[in-house]
Formats: sequence, structure tokens, C-alpha cells
Amino acid sequence: MSTVVLALEERSPARAAAYAAPVIVLLLVLPYLLAPYQTMLLTYGLVMAIATLGFNLLLGYTGLLSFGHSAFFGVGAYAVAFSVKYLGLASMELFIVGAIVASALVTALFGFVCVRYTRIFFSILTLALSQVLWSLAFKFFWVTGGTDGLRVPTPTLLGKSFAEREDKMAFLAHNYYYYVLVLFIACVALLWVIVNSPFGKALQAIRDNETRAEFVGLQIWRYRWIAFMVSGVFTGLAGALWVPLNGLTTPDILYWPFSGEIVFMAVLGGFRTFSGPIIGAVVYNYLKTYAIGFTVYWQLLLGAILVTLVLVLPTGITGTAGQLLARLRRSS
Amino acid sequence: MGIGLIHILNALLYASVLFLIAGGLSLIYGVMRIVNLAHGNLYAIGAYVTAWVVGQWLAGAPTVVLYLLIPAGALAAAATGALIEPTLLRPFYKRAEEYQLLVTFGLLMILEDVVRFVWGPYPLSASVLWTDLGSIALGDALYPTYNLLVIAVGGVAAAFLWAFIYRTRFGMVLRAASQNMRMASALGINVNRVYVQAFTLGCFMAGLGGAIIVPSQSAVLGMSVDALILAFIVVVIGGLGSLEGALVGALIVGVVREAGIALFPEIELAVLYLIAAIVLLVRPAGLFGRTA
Repeated sequence: MSTVVLALEERSPARAAAYAAPVIVLLLVLPYLLAPYQTMLLTYGLVMAIATLGFNLLLGYTGLLSFGHSAFFGVGAYAVAFSVKYLGLASMELFIVGAIVASALVTALFGFVCVRYTRIFFSILTLALSQVLWSLAFKFFWVTGGTDGLRVPTPTLLGKSFAEREDKMAFLAHNYYYYVLVLFIACVALLWVIVNSPFGKALQAIRDNETRAEFVGLQIWRYRWIAFMVSGVFTGLAGALWVPLNGLTTPDILYWPFSGEIVFMAVLGGFRTFSGPIIGAVVYNYLKTYAIGFTVYWQLLLGAILVTLVLVLPTGITGTAGQLLARLRRSS
Repeated sequence: MGIGLIHILNALLYASVLFLIAGGLSLIYGVMRIVNLAHGNLYAIGAYVTAWVVGQWLAGAPTVVLYLLIPAGALAAAATGALIEPTLLRPFYKRAEEYQLLVTFGLLMILEDVVRFVWGPYPLSASVLWTDLGSIALGDALYPTYNLLVIAVGGVAAAFLWAFIYRTRFGMVLRAASQNMRMASALGINVNRVYVQAFTLGCFMAGLGGAIIVPSQSAVLGMSVDALILAFIVVVIGGLGSLEGALVGALIVGVVREAGIALFPEIELAVLYLIAAIVLLVRPAGLFGRTA
């Protein structure tokens, strides 16, 4: 875990890749070491990691706390479900294109409205707008299936059909895992480039001091708007990848507590670091799965963890690990 | 004519309960600058405690006694609030707003399960109070008398609150604290005490909202999240931190909901959220809010 932290805080691409390589190798061989169910859990974790990384471009790098990212995740997921139901598509690549286009449109609209505000008003406005989508998905049941949701069958990957394969678990734990892994690595690399680009630096400047950034000549709302769109599109892509895994999309993923879960993941991993959201999403996914299996009062458990986290370890897993590492280095 | 009157009464019924919840949320924000995501849970605690006292613990007692015990839920919510503020919220006043949202989101998850743990997953009902009052004839239609009681309680609560905030010394301290906490503190006001009092009062209002509505509905899991979202809409429309705004916002939401259920049921919720979004765009601080 600590190598991931080192890898992604690294500013030089070559060294970042060198640090990340062992993790990638580990992720490549894991399906051969783990039971299929465990691999599937990891797939969920990677999908949520994409969503949370996208979310964190706003919270960690632009300083805007969105409580409405469930909207973009849901738009991605429903874009896939609609392509199946109304267009009869089955190709995962087309699903992804559809989800990206749909979430780009929705984030452009939402972002245009939301980025005029910051702080608490931004949070409430994103929340309110995301709930418009939730209530539409909930009420227009003849289009969206209502609370029953929409089923999504096994898609084709790169034109190859897996529908006749009898074991869906094997498909999800093997073929689909690698499909998600490749996209995950691509997303991480792309976001790494974005946050280290002049654009990413501008976002951080706006986060740290809006007035100064404006005096330097940055057009603030425009940077925020673009960051909002990029952030939402990554989350929408995650939504599209999530649907075949879950087999079904319901309005629950549009409901605002799901946005809260995304926030939770970012804080758990540490939103001040690039790699924090990845670790947070994977850990949260295991945490939630085992908490649900362990007790019906899993919400209590997770809530207590969240409260403890913000009280005692506000920098999350990666932040705390980084501090410990720095202390070790100094003492040795 | 009877039907129209019933629609108006229903809108007022929604508005009364919403005012109690959203007024509490707004009061807390006004004084403490905290948006309490767990506020809906205090409404739920109010509903559950009253339903448990009336429907289970003292079931069968004379109804007069039961009517007098309705505020039990409000007191329980107030006690919960008095416990939460010093222990969980106080460490966060000096930190970024994001952390305050997060800690109250954690609190939301915790309280949701505490209610499930204490009262189980099944709905709790106190309908004996609702049926006991029967119905009243309004023109050619019947209307439950209890609902009129709820509307009256909402109106009285609003009047009391107004008198409390604008006519008492404590209200003056609250207003001073909400306008400028540092100045108030420099003038010798005990900030910690004002905070815990304001938070307790806000929770009491939410609990009272739950307590008076529970006989006509019932206490169910998930009621807290739904209530919170509606309260959010109310305070966004009226302006965070403004009690007048909460009252007007609650009336608007009550009327739109009632009209929505009758005329456009599919987009009733969407219309409410859109109204909130439009108000935020045109007047970011809400209809009655002060710009920070």
C-alpha cells in the first residue's frame, strides 16, 4: 500500500510508473490467487475507485465538496440500461461511449449552474440537482423500471460474446475484471496527467487562494466548470462499468446517501493525496461488504468509523501512512 | 368547495410539520453555522419515542393522558441533541465546513441504526390518538380532526418561537450570537452555552415535528432521510438561518406538494428540487437569507 502512496505522489512520470509497476503486476496476478468472489469484490473496488478519483478532482484539487456525485454515477449506469432496453445494444464499448456522452451533457448542465457557488451552497446545490434525477428515475417507472430497476445482461467485450458461458461469476471474476483493470489503469494515468498538468496546477491555485488565482489571470468559473465536467465524466464511466457487475441498476445509486458513500471513500483514503481515493474506495468496499455480512447494524459501524476518522485521522489512510513514513525516515 | 378546503388544510398540515423540522435546522445553522445532516434523525427519534410511549408502553391508558404525552418525543430529541453537541460537534467549529458535513453524515448513519436497534425494523404506530378524535365535516367532505390539531400546534409553535426569539433575553442572545459570534463572545456571552442551547432547541423542534405527526402516519425506518431532504428544500428556498424564511419556505413546499400530488404526481418531487435550485440561482442566500 505504501508503494502506491509513494508512486502517485511522485511528480516525475518515470518514477511514478516505476513505483506503480509492482502494484499493477500484483493486480494482474491476483485473479489467479484469489477466489472468484474475492476478485469480484476487487472489481467493485476498482470501479468505485474510478468514481472516487473523479470525485476527488473536485474535492481534493478544486476545493469543492460535491454531495451530488450519485447523479453522474447514476447517469452512466442508466445510460447503459437505456441502451440495452431501448436500443438493443450489447457492446460494452458502445455502452461506455454512451455513458461518457450522457454524463458529459449532464455535468455540463449541472456544472454550469453549480460552479457559481462554493462551500456549503455548492454542496447543497449539487445535492438538490442530483435528487431531481433521483425523483425522476423513481417516479417515471414505465421508463426507468422504478424501484425494480432495469436489468442489464452480460455485455460483449471487444465484440466477443460471453452470453453462452454458463458461469457468470467466472466471466465477472476473469474477463470482466481485466477489462475493468485496463480501464482503471488508463483512468488513473489520465487523471495523474491532468492533476500534474498546468490545468491541474491552476485548479490547486484556485483551491488555495481564489483571489490570487484571479489576479494571476485565471478565469475561475471556467476552470471550475471544466473540472466539474471531467470529474463527473469519470464518475459516469464508473457507473457504466458498475452496471454489468451488478446486473441491475436501481434508483438507489441516484439517491443522495450514495453520494455520501463516495465522499466517505475519498475521506477514508485521504482526499489530500492523489492515491487516497483509490485506496479509500477499495478499502471501503471490503469494509462495507464485511460489515453487512457481520451485522445488520452495519450503518452504525460505518458511521462510527467515519466519525472517528474525521475526529482523529482527518488525513485518511494515505495521509496517516505518509506521516508515519516521514517519521520513520527521520528517526532512521 | 369541500375538496378545495381539504387541499388547503393538507398543504397547511405539511407546512406545519415541515416548519418545525426546517425551523430547527435553520436555527442551528443560523447560530452555529453547521448544516446538520443528522437533523432528520432527530425528527425520527421524536416520532419513534412518542409512538412507543403512546402505542406500546402506556397503551390502553386514558387518552387524555396519552395526548399530554405527545411531547415526550420532542423531549427525547432535545435530550439527544444536548448530548451530541458537546461531545461530537464541539471539536469541529474551528475546522473546515467539509468536516462538519462529514461528521453529521456519520451521525446520520449511526442514529439510523440506533433507532433500528432500539425499536426494530417494523413500523411503530400511535394511531389511537388519530382515530380517537374522529373526523369533522367540512362542507360535503370529512376531514380528520387530529390533522387540525397538528396545524394548530404548528401555528402555535411558530408564534411561540417568534416571541421567544424576538421578545426574550435568551432570544436576544441567540440573535446576537448568530449575527456576530466573536463580538457576542467579547461582550461576555458564554458561546458554548449558547451553542448547546440553540442545538437543543433546534432538535426539540424537529422532535416535536415527529411527535405530532406520528399518530396520523407511523414511525418507519427511512423517514429521517426523506424529512431531511424536504427540510433542505425549505431552508434553501427560505434562506439558511432565517426562521421567517423557514415559515414561508414550509408554506411554499406544503402548497406545491399538495398541488403536485393532485395535479402532477410524477414530477412533484422534481418540481420541488427545481424550485430550490432556481431560488439558489436567483437568490443564493434564499428568499429571506442574509448574504454572508
